Amino acid sequence: MRNPRLWLPLLVFVALAAAPFLGLGQGHSLTLLARGMIFGLAAVSLMLLVGGAGLVSLGHAAMMGMGAYAVVVLDHAGLTEAWMVFPAGILAAALFALLTGAIAIRTSGVHFIMITLAFGQMAFFTTSSLAVYGGDDGYTLFSRTEVFGARWLENRLVFHFVCLGALVACWALVQTLLESRFGRVLRASRENETRARALGFNPTPYRLLAYVIAGAMGGLAGVLLANATEFVAPAYLAWQRSGDLLFMVILGGLAGPHGALVGALAFVLVEEWLSHAMEHWRLVFGPLLILCVFFLRGGIVGLLRRG
Amino acid sequence: MNTTLLLVQALNGLQFGVLLFLVAAGLTLVFGVMDFINLAHGVQYMVGAYLGATLTALTGSFWLGLLLALPAALVFGLVLEFLVFRHLYDRDHLSQVLATFGVILFLNEGVKVVFGAAPMQMPVPELLSGGVPLMDGLLYPTYRLAILAAGLATAALLWFLVERTRAGMLVRAGATNAPMVAALGVDIRRLFMLVFGFGAMLAGFAGVMAAPILSVEPGMGDNLLILAFVVIVIGGIGSVRGAFIAALLVGLVETIGRGLMPDLMRLFMDASSARQTGAALASMLVYIVMAAILAFRPAGLFPARA
Repeated sequence: MRNPRLWLPLLVFVALAAAPFLGLGQGHSLTLLARGMIFGLAAVSLMLLVGGAGLVSLGHAAMMGMGAYAVVVLDHAGLTEAWMVFPAGILAAALFALLTGAIAIRTSGVHFIMITLAFGQMAFFTTSSLAVYGGDDGYTLFSRTEVFGARWLENRLVFHFVCLGALVACWALVQTLLESRFGRVLRASRENETRARALGFNPTPYRLLAYVIAGAMGGLAGVLLANATEFVAPAYLAWQRSGDLLFMVILGGLAGPHGALVGALAFVLVEEWLSHAMEHWRLVFGPLLILCVFFLRGGIVGLLRRG
Repeated sequence: MNTTLLLVQALNGLQFGVLLFLVAAGLTLVFGVMDFINLAHGVQYMVGAYLGATLTALTGSFWLGLLLALPAALVFGLVLEFLVFRHLYDRDHLSQVLATFGVILFLNEGVKVVFGAAPMQMPVPELLSGGVPLMDGLLYPTYRLAILAAGLATAALLWFLVERTRAGMLVRAGATNAPMVAALGVDIRRLFMLVFGFGAMLAGFAGVMAAPILSVEPGMGDNLLILAFVVIVIGGIGSVRGAFIAALLVGLVETIGRGLMPDLMRLFMDASSARQTGAALASMLVYIVMAAILAFRPAGLFPARA
């Protein structure tokens, strides 16, 4: 029980699964929880890059955007079947990650942050120029994604568990990847690239694969987000959103995917709570972030370890 | 698109470029010397604009406002350094990014509370109002030329400070290898503070200069910050010369791209979609340039660290 890496996520998953039956069944709480889970998924996928490979991406919102806009493109064409929408969103994001990642991983450190930002901005401006899909104003979906013609996802409870299922699957995948040989090569080349190379590992293909996998998961989060809000806008790809995702990961702590999970939920819930409690909530949220950096060195999960 | 319009666009681009340089210069020095990512550098530009607008309104004179805003921006930067940034120098980049993002959130909301969400206007000073005839039928605003001149003068001053003074030598040495400079007995913390305050003042100066031609509003520094980061990455982190060339490049590409792209696209598509695609392509152009430069020169054009 000493290691919160496993029990903490399990606790969170059980709590999330029980939430609809513990009085949180009202529409708004479930919408909020779904949002938390979707960002949790995106943060966990980003964790694979930041915590695993040491690749700090400031363009992860673009991956979510690819997934979300895949939903839009299909919706506009009248296609809303889940077996098309989900693979399309995931593949679109993976393809985008492959193309941009092949260039981006040539750089490292701050330059990697900037080049991923550049690609994110390109995607942002591309989507805002798509007049067919609403341009800057965004696109309201005709309906949520259907499962063989049935509108199951319209049901809040079903959607809640779809999000939870996706979250658990992605968490398990990232957790497994990080523990595997693949993850160890990633971490080794993050710690000391020269040594990793000397041992005969070329980090480039490993990093690229990690980037593509994270992108694909980001795409899945995007598909879910589009379904959750039934609306997609270029703002989903804004660099501030990428920043938010990074902060969720760091806020939770870089010790493992459980950190990203907790960080994302905490971020979404605190943001929601503060924005309802007061008008100028950022006056509190900003200093709160600063204090977290000063005093929560290992992130939120760092507290657990010490306590 | 005729030559007159192109000339105007080029001047606007250069003028935007020097503003960008004023912000990027502080950023690249802080980054290069202290290895500190300061996302809050953009809000220092915003604070400068607010200080300028407020002090000008209070004193009734642009010049007095400018004169008072500069030390105020310097003091503001030093206070931020004392309260927040000082505690982050030993931390990793991620912590710095997170904490300075907190500063952005706070200050953007703070100016909204103090000054209101509506944009503030700052009048162009009497002396610099009106235009200068550059050629037949082309009257270019004097104030924009003044920004260009002030920016170039500041760049020259900065070049002199960095290349020809002892403090500048230490700053350059710090950008190349900060621990070595500290080991040689230089109080690196004081050097940090000096660079930081100076950078804040430059960003504030850019804010005051930009205030009469742009609207002064919360969040006005955010987009400029991203462009300033693009500039220092293209120019090579820690290099003032690189920042200068990259800033002019980015300013020109951004402005001329916005002017030309929609017309260029009209060759391929109908007018309305050409306008939209052109605008998007123009916004993207800077990032395409950056990605291309980084793909071939991963450390930028003039890297300070060899």
